[in-house]
Amino acid sequence: MAEEILRLERVCKTYNVGLPSEAEVLHDIDLELDHGEFLALMGPSGSGKSTLLNIVGLLDRPTSGRLLIKGRDTGLLHDNELTHLRGHTIGFVFQHHLLISAFTARENIMMPMLADRGFPSAEIAARADHLLAEVGLGRFGNNLANNMSGGQQQRVAVARALAMNPDLVLADEPTGNLDSKSADAVFELMRRVNRESGTSFLLVTHNLDLARRCDRIIEVVDGRIAQH
Amino acid sequence: MNRWLPFEWIAAVRFLREGKLQTIFIIGGISIGVGVIVFMSAMLAGMEANFIRRVLTSQPQIQLLTPDQVARPLRNAAGEIEDAVVQRPSQRVISIDQWPKIRAQMLAMPEVTAVSPTITGSALAIRGDASRAVTLTGIEPDTYFNIVKVPDYIVAGSARLTSEDIIIGTELAKNLGASVGDKLNLQAASSANRVLTISGLVDFGNKGANQRVAFIALRTGQSLLGMIGGVTTIDMTIKDIYAAETIAKRIQAATAVEADSWIATNAQFYTAVQAQIYTNTLIRVFVGLSVAFGIAAVLIVSVIQRSKEIGILRAMGTSRGQILRVFLLQGGLLGFVGSLFGATMGALALIYWHAVARQADGSEFFPLILERNLFIYTALLATVTGLLAATAPAVRAAKLDPVVAIRG
Ligand SMILES: Nc1ncnc2c1ncn2[C@@H]1O[C@H](COP(=O)(O)OP(=O)(O)O)[C@@H](O)[C@H]1O
Ligand SMILES: [Mg+2]
Repeated sequence: MAEEILRLERVCKTYNVGLPSEAEVLHDIDLELDHGEFLALMGPSGSGKSTLLNIVGLLDRPTSGRLLIKGRDTGLLHDNELTHLRGHTIGFVFQHHLLISAFTARENIMMPMLADRGFPSAEIAARADHLLAEVGLGRFGNNLANNMSGGQQQRVAVARALAMNPDLVLADEPTGNLDSKSADAVFELMRRVNRESGTSFLLVTHNLDLARRCDRIIEVVDGRIAQH
Repeated sequence: MNRWLPFEWIAAVRFLREGKLQTIFIIGGISIGVGVIVFMSAMLAGMEANFIRRVLTSQPQIQLLTPDQVARPLRNAAGEIEDAVVQRPSQRVISIDQWPKIRAQMLAMPEVTAVSPTITGSALAIRGDASRAVTLTGIEPDTYFNIVKVPDYIVAGSARLTSEDIIIGTELAKNLGASVGDKLNLQAASSANRVLTISGLVDFGNKGANQRVAFIALRTGQSLLGMIGGVTTIDMTIKDIYAAETIAKRIQAATAVEADSWIATNAQFYTAVQAQIYTNTLIRVFVGLSVAFGIAAVLIVSVIQRSKEIGILRAMGTSRGQILRVFLLQGGLLGFVGSLFGATMGALALIYWHAVARQADGSEFFPLILERNLFIYTALLATVTGLLAATAPAVRAAKLDPVVAIRG
């Protein structure tokens, strides 16, 4: 049976509360995601997809409503507890500004583990190398992030998102800047990880072809969910 | 990655290394600031040490004397002053009342490092046809040499001082046509008279002193000056020479003697040194401030440049505290590395200047003193300055909203 990893109950998000520019971007979002599920999130630009992802990723708090991760109500957690939960449960892949340019590919992948443990170790480095091989970049460990192609960088970013063995990976248009071949490779990589290790994925994409290869598609329009 | 280095250190070093040009320029700025401070401090320390060596090894830091003898005005039976014009009496040379007790009292003070009773008076030194007025100082060599480093100033003979010996100034010896081993006839005002052998010649680097100075044993002095068992001054050294004036005032308040500090006797000199120290401190503070502002400015720019990366780090589970420390550490590292370069630059400049700068007579302008402590303190201070300067940027980085940073 599939247990639930994520649950949103009547989540609303209002930006700039109390200012003339106050705007409610998300209205009463209800959403569930099961363990091992690969969900595509579609919708026009400005509809609130990134806002939703930031809330799910604990980078932002909902203005109202409840967000439960693995059954835990996150509204009750303090900043540091959120940071810890985020580090251990959630991996991010972004569209832009993918990697930290001062570090090599291997070090970028080590970063979440390093931040968590405080000190580097052979074990962490070995895990980074394993993940590099996993995403087909075994030879690129010592490359500085900037010296790689967009597709390679995004594969490193996926490896980095997986470093802490998260239950859920949030990918915000990870293939938006890639040519279709690289986009396909990155998507297949995520799909394979999902199949092999049961990691759940929430993928924001404009690519209908990729979305169709997910388990479920959800569309966000004007801050509301339009179920298919 | 070195496994002993924490995450914060690794990230801080990488960020600094990546922002190469900024890092090089700010380290250049810090180095110049630190270099100026090291150069000035070391040169001043040298000049001050020179001065202190000259002044304080040739005279006591505190000297206890009998109080001035004052005449009391005549009063009538009702206690009213009858004749208010009081003439100052001539000052007789008299012994300090109960001086062994006062000496014991002084020795018991924790600030005091050496105490030596001496007797001073004038006499006539006669050799053949020549005679000169001299200032006789009767001393206990063992204790006195801890206060006035007579042996350091000996230029001929030795600092031996038995009851038959006398040590005199070089000018005096020249005037009398005498040298080490010769006998001198000393005649005191009381018409007591003694023949002593010159055991050594001293040069205090001051013509007036060299013309008059004459050291003899305390007992010899007491008998010559007709004051058996008496002393006219008690000379002292203390731990903190700059506390001399305060300690002297305290002694004067607590005892019946008058206490003169070297600060009071060398007031002009002392003020000049103080003014230099003050100026140096002022320059240090302002150079330090401008270094701090430079570091802060560079780090603020770095935080803005790296806001996206900071957002990503936060998204990956890095805490606010870790981000804060990454930027604090950058400030500390800049300060520390800058201080290493700066101290080296300052030291090299000092060595060069020391070799080139000469006084009119060709002697060195200042002694070269490169104390290890100066470098340790400067490095420490620069590091702390860097940390403090980094506070505002670091707090800003830690407070950064990852959502805004990543979206922006
Ligand atoms: N930090 C913010 N402050 C104010 N408005 C915002 C902020 N972030 C996003 N918005 C607005 O919220 C709406 C949804 O944005 P977003 O979630 O980025 O949409 P999407 O990712 O679907 O394109 C947009 O109208 C956007 O302008
Ligand atoms: Mg978006």
